[in-house]
Amino acid sequence: MNIDHVKIIRKRHGLIGVDFNELWRYRELFWFLALRDILVRYKQAVIGIAWSILQPLFMMIVFSIIFGRLAKLPSDGVPYPIMTFVALLPWQFFAQAMSSSSQSIVGSASIISKVYFPRLIIPTSAVISGVIDFCISFVILIGMMVWYKIVPTSNIIYLPLFLLLAFTAALGVGLWLSALNAEFRDVFYIVPFLVQAAQYISPVAYSSSIIPEKWKLLYSLNPMAGVIDGFRWCILGTATPNWSGIIISAVSVMVIFAGGILYFRKMERTFADII
Amino acid sequence: MEKPIISVRNLGKRYLLGVGGGQRYRALRDILANTLKNFFKRNNENKTPQEFWALKGLSFDVRAGEKIGIIGRNGAGKSTLLKILSEITEPTEGEVRIYGRVASLLEVGTGFHPELTGKENIFMNGAILGMRRAEIKKKFDEIVAFAEIEKFLNTPVKRYSSGMYVRLAFAVAAHLEPEILIVDEVLAVGDIAFQKKCLGKMSEVAKGGRTVLFVSHNMGAIRSLCGSAIWLENGQIMKNGDVDEVVRDYEETQLKCFDGSSYVIQRNPENVKNLSFYFRHVEMIDANGKHANIFRYNETLVLITEFAGEVVDGQFSAEFYIYNELEQLVSVGASGPYHGKYFDKEVKKIKIEIGPLILTSGKYRIKLSVMTGSIRADTWENAISFTITECQPFKTSCEIPAYREGVCVLQQSFGEVIND
Repeated sequence: MNIDHVKIIRKRHGLIGVDFNELWRYRELFWFLALRDILVRYKQAVIGIAWSILQPLFMMIVFSIIFGRLAKLPSDGVPYPIMTFVALLPWQFFAQAMSSSSQSIVGSASIISKVYFPRLIIPTSAVISGVIDFCISFVILIGMMVWYKIVPTSNIIYLPLFLLLAFTAALGVGLWLSALNAEFRDVFYIVPFLVQAAQYISPVAYSSSIIPEKWKLLYSLNPMAGVIDGFRWCILGTATPNWSGIIISAVSVMVIFAGGILYFRKMERTFADII
Repeated sequence: MEKPIISVRNLGKRYLLGVGGGQRYRALRDILANTLKNFFKRNNENKTPQEFWALKGLSFDVRAGEKIGIIGRNGAGKSTLLKILSEITEPTEGEVRIYGRVASLLEVGTGFHPELTGKENIFMNGAILGMRRAEIKKKFDEIVAFAEIEKFLNTPVKRYSSGMYVRLAFAVAAHLEPEILIVDEVLAVGDIAFQKKCLGKMSEVAKGGRTVLFVSHNMGAIRSLCGSAIWLENGQIMKNGDVDEVVRDYEETQLKCFDGSSYVIQRNPENVKNLSFYFRHVEMIDANGKHANIFRYNETLVLITEFAGEVVDGQFSAEFYIYNELEQLVSVGASGPYHGKYFDKEVKKIKIEIGPLILTSGKYRIKLSVMTGSIRADTWENAISFTITECQPFKTSCEIPAYREGVCVLQQSFGEVIND
């Protein structure tokens, strides 16, 4: 008997931190759940994983025609399709994370009420499962860059930083939405609308250079604004971005993420009783 | 005294009923509406939600290696207790200290996904139950063999029969190796043969020196697996102690709650519509002539049964069959062939004396049947049932349960042979 390993079960009060040891012990479950999501998502679809290629491609075509050709918005000196595709990469990941993680807790009700494991794993693996789609889109991007003969600049070494920022932003929002949805099922109806609205206030279909100077600061509060500007800067080497804007965006991501964890940990105590 | 491996102190769990808590979830709309209502109604009648204590003031200790059965009626708080011990839900008051790795099995097949194959689900389910990938790999063949699904490993489980599904689910769970195993009524699945196999696996696990907490309504299983028992009633401990004592007391109170209809059974007229001669009624009494359906080992049971209809030719012979909980035939009696006793057609009421009942403790069912000449006139499958308690034939307070120690206890004696 291992006396050191004593677990005390009692009512917890106030804010609760994250038990990293425990998460580490359950690390395999992250992948298993993410893998299950991916396997299940494409198992009975006729063209399977091709869906994750077609979706961003269609979006890119639509954006290029509407905003590039018809509205004649500026594209920072690169072909419009490539400019929007680079933005679609983190954006699709973020949007998918929002919708799948918001449903994740309620969708796992049967496991939550029968087995204990750190609940944080559920929304996190919902976000992780989007990484596969992201990787596939990334391969497409490389193909497009070869086609358009665009060589990435040395800025690309900073890309991992922005990848991390994108992941943190998606997870932060996902934690909020999953915990909120467990208590208020209204979230289910709000999320699609939220995703759509967020897409318009993020520089996905257009370049953030068209935002008037006086609105820039406010615009930067959008966590995805910094991520997308960063992606464009790293991959396409567009004009040096507005660093203060990116820092504001990053801070906003951190605030959402930290708040998400605290709110989730507070709410998870009652998940088994309310879902 | 050894330190307890689980210590529960003053544990309580409250649920709120009615306002707010009663709904499965809250909708934003209701909260907005209520806030508005309260805003306009200054002196709102304060609707306090109704409380319900699923558990209250529970304290007990479990020592390493103990096997504890948790019994009680539906709603007594058994499942809530297990949920708190396995950290699924938080207690409202009190605390639990656990020294060791816990695995809980509150349901078989948790996390199974119908679209995934058997193989994928084994890994998935194992991970959810807290097994490492390497651990699952090591036991993979054993799990597959136990579940008897070798041929269907790469088939999605949605195409499995329900029996295969349950077998696979139990097999994964049965190969967990925690220090403390918490099991809810999972044996109530699958067919009888598989239930026996599960029970065998459970006692193997229990013998391995592990601590087991086991909830079941099957008293036979509790008796054979557990050394002690906790009887919960309305969220509180009624009795805690030796398994035979607690189970006996529990069963006796349970049986007292039965109405008289279980000693006297009237045949459903629907089932005898087309029969010319049939059992109409049966009642069960003890040796003193009082209605009874629980008997101790070695007591005698008497059935009084009435017939209706006409015997076409001559005489009839009555038969009884006794089955145990596993549907095994335990004993048969037949008036004609065994005793040369053929009843005349005028006889409408007979008495069957069975005993002394040298049966092990458990539940038994009696089937009645009647032959007129060479024709089987009627068979009453579930005529009546009885329970044997206190099977302690040798007065050593060692209970002999049907599950573990056979169907009956024969006369026996042991002695030394002295050479002279």
